[in-house]
Amino acid sequence: MSLPTLVDLSRLQFALTAMYHFLFVPLTLGLSVLVAVMESVFVMTGRTVWRDMTRFWGILFGINFAMGVATGITMEFQFGMNWAYYSHYVGDVFGVPLAIEGLMAFFLEATFIGLFFFGWDRLSRRRHLIVTWLVAIGSNLSALWILIANAWMQNPAGARFNPVSMRMELESIREVIFNPVAQSKFVHTVSAGYVTGAVFVLAVSALYLLKGRHVEFAKRSATVAASFGLAAALSVVVLGDESGYTITEHQKMKIAAIEGLWHTEPPPAPFTIIGLPDSAAHETRARLQVPWLLGLIATRSLDTPVAGIFELVDRARGRITAGIPAYTALRTLRQDPNAVDARQVLLEHEADLGYALLLRNYVDDPAQATPAQIDRAAWDTVPSVGPIFWSFRVMVGCGFFFIGLFATGFYLAARRRLESSRRFLRVALWALPLPWVAAELGWFVAEHGRQPWAIEGVLPTFLAVSPVPIGNVVASLTVFIAFYSVLAVVDVFLLRKYVRLGPRGASP
Amino acid sequence: MLEFATLKVIWWLLLGVLLMGFAIMDGFDLGVGMLLPFLGRTDTERRVIINTVGPVWEGNQVWLILGGGAIFAAWPALYAASFSGFYLAMLLVLAALILRPVGFKFRSKMPGHRWRASWDWALFVAGAVPALVFGVAMGNLLEGVPLHYDADLRATYGFGLLELLNPFAILCGAVSVAMLLSHGAVYLSIKTTGELADRARRVSRTAALLWAALFVAAGVWLWRSDLGLIITGGAVPGGTPNMVAKTAVHSAGAWLANYAKYPLTAFLPVAGIGAPLLVAALARSRARLVVFVLSSLGIAAVIGTMGASLFPFLLPSSSDPSSSLTVWDASSSQRTLGIMLLAVALLLPVVIAYTAWVYHVLRGPVTAEYVDANRETTY
Repeated sequence: MSLPTLVDLSRLQFALTAMYHFLFVPLTLGLSVLVAVMESVFVMTGRTVWRDMTRFWGILFGINFAMGVATGITMEFQFGMNWAYYSHYVGDVFGVPLAIEGLMAFFLEATFIGLFFFGWDRLSRRRHLIVTWLVAIGSNLSALWILIANAWMQNPAGARFNPVSMRMELESIREVIFNPVAQSKFVHTVSAGYVTGAVFVLAVSALYLLKGRHVEFAKRSATVAASFGLAAALSVVVLGDESGYTITEHQKMKIAAIEGLWHTEPPPAPFTIIGLPDSAAHETRARLQVPWLLGLIATRSLDTPVAGIFELVDRARGRITAGIPAYTALRTLRQDPNAVDARQVLLEHEADLGYALLLRNYVDDPAQATPAQIDRAAWDTVPSVGPIFWSFRVMVGCGFFFIGLFATGFYLAARRRLESSRRFLRVALWALPLPWVAAELGWFVAEHGRQPWAIEGVLPTFLAVSPVPIGNVVASLTVFIAFYSVLAVVDVFLLRKYVRLGPRGASP
Repeated sequence: MLEFATLKVIWWLLLGVLLMGFAIMDGFDLGVGMLLPFLGRTDTERRVIINTVGPVWEGNQVWLILGGGAIFAAWPALYAASFSGFYLAMLLVLAALILRPVGFKFRSKMPGHRWRASWDWALFVAGAVPALVFGVAMGNLLEGVPLHYDADLRATYGFGLLELLNPFAILCGAVSVAMLLSHGAVYLSIKTTGELADRARRVSRTAALLWAALFVAAGVWLWRSDLGLIITGGAVPGGTPNMVAKTAVHSAGAWLANYAKYPLTAFLPVAGIGAPLLVAALARSRARLVVFVLSSLGIAAVIGTMGASLFPFLLPSSSDPSSSLTVWDASSSQRTLGIMLLAVALLLPVVIAYTAWVYHVLRGPVTAEYVDANRETTY
């Protein structure tokens, strides 16, 4: 086995720190809204159990929020530290939603979170409620802008390459903001966050009910969680991530990988529920299929074919070949900015420039690439099918499970049988890790499925990396692993301590 | 739409504003962290100190996050070269920034003396390291860093952590540490009472004098050194940013040339010396808010001095001056700068307004009685 390269380690570090950061984000999204809902009920009814609920879930929210802040800074710094060429190449576009996130969203939540905790005695009930909602709105707006940035990596709309500054430049902020991928991602991710918050509240409440502690408090909390969670879980699954998948070639590749679909199926394509994808043999064996379903989901029609991997690789081969003249023209322009012919060639083949860059993995000058190298680069556009196929299925399975869980909880709460349904309470307790499993696997499908691209069709990941000494990345990876392990212990310890302590002032 | 060159200059000024915002707002958090083990003699006093910043540090830290995001969007080349070039230094800052929230959250959750003392030192480190590293980085900007661009605008740089820690840069780091110590002490003198507040005043005087003295020393060092770069050609203020289009050469004393060229800018270093002297002179004054404003102005002036000395350079290269990043060739496109300016103009006043409201609600000192009465809910 060869030693990991700079690109491997930088990717590993980004993946680890991003997945770690996303342990805290969905809970922040969900709990912030749940706490705001609970406090709203308190202000409307004046019943103190709702204030106790707000305070108790608020403390858990606060611990989680601090972790999200600490690990979020790493994400922002890392683009510059480890992905310097990426930052130079797309900062003109990608930086905009990130900066607006800071201005519009993060300032809001981070400034008011202090007042949420320390303002109880200094603010009227109504004012405190407004503060709580501002924190919740800030968290959700934060997700919106980050997902706009991420969606641009999946579908780089509204931008154009500039050969003089040698980077992508913003053409239309509207297209960046109203990127269809961003819209569907936002709804999907935020709903997933609400599900996470709801499962968390439901599981901790189930623990109390199983132990017969804080019964009134736990019953109310579980009821709120089950109804809120049911709406969120339906929205995650129904409004899923699918709508963005038909926009670009690579999103098509992603869906082909999710489905283990090697050959284009005649429309309407069947949906593979389960099967055994084999990347080496380029086939998926033992497929159990539902006719028509994939065609309906992916294309919303009965007569549009869903492209298979072989067809998409063929198209990639064509785009690589078309991109080579663009790359050569760009070389010429860098030497002589006034070369009119070169400018014309670049203009014609601009859309395929990124595909020619894929060849840089094999040759310094893509114009010298052999057909075999072009073929390898074309096959590089296929992400690893097996892991994506399975991750997607586990995620979707979790999604349907949550609907069942919340629907049952909602039914039991409505029939006032929550506390006596011990089997349900045990299931709810043990369901605690599942939203995180689903969320991490979802991100794995989205981001690993985007490979080999950092920016789809524009910039391959291997070119995006910072040329720092590999020892530096080893050092930072070590520091992150050490610090994050300590953080994880601290976080779990604190959460357990406050869960054990329970809500004070509530009925025993 | 505004002229491209005008937008670049506006964004250069905004870069300064964001750095000042960070240094003033999160600066006192860092200073308070550094002072914690020295000013707080009892556990309650230390909890008082931590709780003066407890409700506000998260919001303050967003100035750094916004600064990072704005540099990413408005000065992508600067963001790419500085964050990756100063890799290990940035890692130190990150480690400190990760340590800080954990310290706040965790310190008072367990009773043991050694437990709490350890976290106090962790919070000290989490305050001192960023203060020192940012100052050291500024020193290295003045000295220039080995930075070179190839035709694809792919950077190579040859500086490790140890090269960054040279005498002049350490002097600049000391200016930064003294400045934020003084600022944190002034803040504590407002937010605490009695004996603790008196101690904070005394420390603020010493630290402010040190700040002024070190700032003068760094200025003299710069004046006696042969540091400085000038652009010799190819820079087009309104042109499409391209870091390798211009040529620049080394020129001794160039970092002081702007003060002769634009005499008004000389006000900045003068204020950078005068403000801390006033802070020291007013250490016993009861008008603590005035002193805090003076201290903030002093910080702004020190950062302004940095910018005025370097202008139009942002990140000078010592190994290949023509690869330096300048205001004219490291910015985003005209459209991005315009949109970002609109976003800042609309949103930053709102941010400042609600931040002011939050500080207003939280006004008044943190007392030992308050901490004792709220043992479970305070830090």
